Amino acid sequence: MDVTTTKATTQNAGEPRLAPPKSFWTRNEHALLGAFAMTAFLLFWELSVVYEWVNPLFTSAPSRIATTGYDMFADGSIWPHLRVSGYEFIVGFGMAIVIGVPLGILMGWYGRLNAILDPFVSALYATPRIALLPLIMIWFGIGLESKIAIVFLGAVFPILVNTITGMRTISADFVKVARSFGASDRQLFMTVALPSSVPLLLSGLRLGLGHALIGIVVGEMYGASAGIGHMISVAGARFQTDAVMVGIIIIAGTGVALTELLRMIERRFERWRPQVGG
Amino acid sequence: MEAPRQAKLELRGVTLEHTNERTRQILPVMQDVDLKIYEGELVCLVGPSGCGKTTLLNAVDGLMPLAGGKILVDNRAIDGPGPDRAMVFQADSLFPWRTIVQNVMYGLELQGKLPRQQIRERALALIQLVGLSGFADHYPHELSGGMRQRVNIARALVMEPKLLLLDEPFAALDAQTREFMQVELLKIFARTRTTALFVTHQIGEAVFLSTRVVVLSARPAQIKEIIDVDLPPMRTLAMKHQPEFLKMEQRIWQLIEEEARKTGMLTVA
Repeated sequence: MDVTTTKATTQNAGEPRLAPPKSFWTRNEHALLGAFAMTAFLLFWELSVVYEWVNPLFTSAPSRIATTGYDMFADGSIWPHLRVSGYEFIVGFGMAIVIGVPLGILMGWYGRLNAILDPFVSALYATPRIALLPLIMIWFGIGLESKIAIVFLGAVFPILVNTITGMRTISADFVKVARSFGASDRQLFMTVALPSSVPLLLSGLRLGLGHALIGIVVGEMYGASAGIGHMISVAGARFQTDAVMVGIIIIAGTGVALTELLRMIERRFERWRPQVGG
Repeated sequence: MEAPRQAKLELRGVTLEHTNERTRQILPVMQDVDLKIYEGELVCLVGPSGCGKTTLLNAVDGLMPLAGGKILVDNRAIDGPGPDRAMVFQADSLFPWRTIVQNVMYGLELQGKLPRQQIRERALALIQLVGLSGFADHYPHELSGGMRQRVNIARALVMEPKLLLLDEPFAALDAQTREFMQVELLKIFARTRTTALFVTHQIGEAVFLSTRVVVLSARPAQIKEIIDVDLPPMRTLAMKHQPEFLKMEQRIWQLIEEEARKTGMLTVA
């Protein structure tokens, strides 16, 4: 657009300029503070073992965890666990998205469908899905299928409920605007309902992600022959604190990384939102 | 009003009702109203608060069914929203997830009659008309209230409607911006020669913008009086201090006050 030809009577004609760039410290203040606190914590942990303030059998130590982790990757003993858990997560969470999002959109859009299915969704959403584990084991055995089922059940309800809420809380003003411009039902759906429910849909995915990780760990602890949860459980029974910590860090790291990935996607979709905070 | 002109908009015995979904109470809002608006006119509806001005505007836009009577645009009875009418909503009705140009493109996109490129060009032309070139790719939250309201006007005008409907478009603006926007609106109308029906609470605004001011009575609303505003077509803010202007303003206030007293909204003499 050529700005120079603009003659807005109520605007000042001054050309926009760039403000001086912020310093490295100001820009990254929060990230740096976080990194600093984490480093201090790890250092204190390590020192508490070096100076024998605590027994490393109970607490392990950052250096021991790192060594054990390195060994487990080097001798390949961790890979089967990662493969199993990864497979369970991808299939279970993937199915939760593929089924939860479209079903949520349909339930949000068609009031009658919502009325029919809502009692089931509400009841299952309110139940801790972990309580269903014994049943799921009876139905699916202790193989991959039961873990996929528990991951799916954990993740699908937050996704479903958030998507429904997103679709049902469309601003009446926007509907009025769309109707005024002659929008058909289909156009109202595409141009108003879908875009305005994207933020809630994405936060549903983020919630579902947490539940999916819980499902993996608890499911594998309850009954499995491989997987990170299984590994944690076995190592714990043998007082191998270092290996337990490696498992926890892998789960936590996956959770943080995937949540961050979803945040990035959210930001990409929400450029139109005013920036809050700094 | 000398030559026999055809009415752009005609209300014939329009009756409106409002149903409260909870109590199932049906409230008569407007009773048997006749009104004609001619090409190029800018008519303001004023009346005591809650008398059904906005309801009438929604009915003319086709967003609300009539309980009786007919609404005709160019002598054809309306049935739901149509491309011959476009509404300018309040400032916060822009879609926040669409950029300015995408917001202005919205109505034409829904119609789907023109290729996208052409829709974009028409939208950009309108954005320039309302003085916002350079902001086409901004999001609404990056603009001031006054600028957003220009976008709202552009979004309606791009449809090239026979009749423009404005529902208190400046209500959310601060007093200064509001006055400037009134002048801007008259300039835009002078260029586009649109016929418009306008709802406002502010008497001064009504007199300043209109060729005629329609004063509605308390609910169920009827036309209490129609006041011809015989100010020159090119108006300036200075006119708001002239005696004729103030006299008209006072007269309208008097009428509204009478009506407000009937509803009990105004109790002291």
